Amino acid sequence: MAEKVKLYGVEVSPFVCRVKYALNLKGVNYEFIQEDLDNKSPDLLKYNPVLKNVPVLRLLHNGNPISESLVIIEYIDDVWKGVPIMPKDAYEKAQARFWAKFFVDKCHPAIFKAIGSHGEKQDVAEAHEHLQFLENELNVKGSKFFGGDNMGLIDICATFIGYWVGAAEEALGIEVVTKDKFPKVIEWAHNCINCQVVKDDLPSRESLIAYYTRRFGKA
Amino acid sequence: MRSSEMADEVTLYADGRSPFVCRVKIALNMKGIKYKNMEEDLQNKSGALLNYNPVHKKVPVLVHNGNPILESLVIVEYLDNVWERVPILPQDPYEKAAARFWAKFIDDKCIPALYKVFSSKGEEEQVITEACEQLQILEDELELKGKKFFGGDNINLVDIAADFIAYWLQLLEEATEMKLVTRSKFPKITEWAEGFVNCQVVKEMLPPRAIMLAYYKNRFGKI
Repeated sequence: MAEKVKLYGVEVSPFVCRVKYALNLKGVNYEFIQEDLDNKSPDLLKYNPVLKNVPVLRLLHNGNPISESLVIIEYIDDVWKGVPIMPKDAYEKAQARFWAKFFVDKCHPAIFKAIGSHGEKQDVAEAHEHLQFLENELNVKGSKFFGGDNMGLIDICATFIGYWVGAAEEALGIEVVTKDKFPKVIEWAHNCINCQVVKDDLPSRESLIAYYTRRFGKA
Repeated sequence: MRSSEMADEVTLYADGRSPFVCRVKIALNMKGIKYKNMEEDLQNKSGALLNYNPVHKKVPVLVHNGNPILESLVIVEYLDNVWERVPILPQDPYEKAAARFWAKFIDDKCIPALYKVFSSKGEEEQVITEACEQLQILEDELELKGKKFFGGDNINLVDIAADFIAYWLQLLEEATEMKLVTRSKFPKITEWAEGFVNCQVVKEMLPPRAIMLAYYKNRFGKI
């Protein structure tokens, strides 16, 4: 498809990168527009007036903007055939949506909170509570990715654990996703990171460490 | 009719008072799907519920031929996938994405902001301002669309997601004697809400006013 596609985002954002990986999985060429979130472009405010955040995807042939990473990813899956991101079966699709929502609504924010509080005991405990469900589920499944042999919706989101969390832990000298407690989660997250479509498109570790240090580091 | 419909076993673990459960009931009703309603006592959850939803331990849970599906909007989309008649989501990928965006906005931003007003007893002006900001966004969207519902002439995923705003919110306002959505401030939302609660498929599924008023008075008291 000779569509012109624009993705508005910031390089370091795991939410933006989720969309990149979905586009990469489908082999879609896109133009990346780097935003300064302290000085948002008129375009960004025009294309996401409700939430005023990134990522925003725009297909230039119809100009329609879409925001919210999970909504964008399902849209990408609907528009571009090729490597499927969502399962075909309705029940499996519902499972994929449930677990992706669980990750995005519970796991990711809890881990982020624990990072922000420099590994405060209560915050880490809450993150662990959510991670335990993933650990249990992965134990039962025994597959490379959450849905089986191929990357799906939650796997795309879990790249956060496989890469961003490590950089944050290093930057702040903390441990949130404890390796001995969550071996399956760690293994799975690394499988996600090692996919070609992800591996070749990660922000530099230095930029992430700098970001976390700047945002949460001790003065 | 689906080829295997005669053999379909659909059970809904529910609490009739819940707007989230009601979303699923509306979808089931729209599609004319027969189901068994298992009313849960949320102070004393059944073994079945805890077994089917160990992660959140909440209603609604839909069990279709032994397979549990969780999260109200995930369930609604599942029903839409499996039973294709009377579609709830638009067919067009962009329209579908837009519907999902608005449903998520209602779930993630509007409803929590509204609850916060009542759970904080309306004491913080900032909380009220924020809730009204979210409502204004919905008001503007209805104005822009210029139709009876978010879904156009018929209700869709967004209308269903917003069921709390159409019905429960005004009962909460009545119970606590605190008004947020006035006709003068939010004329489009008011009109939309009236249309929504009067839809046959919705009306039949709403819990009685008296029950919700009693529940809210007990929970929040007068503000």
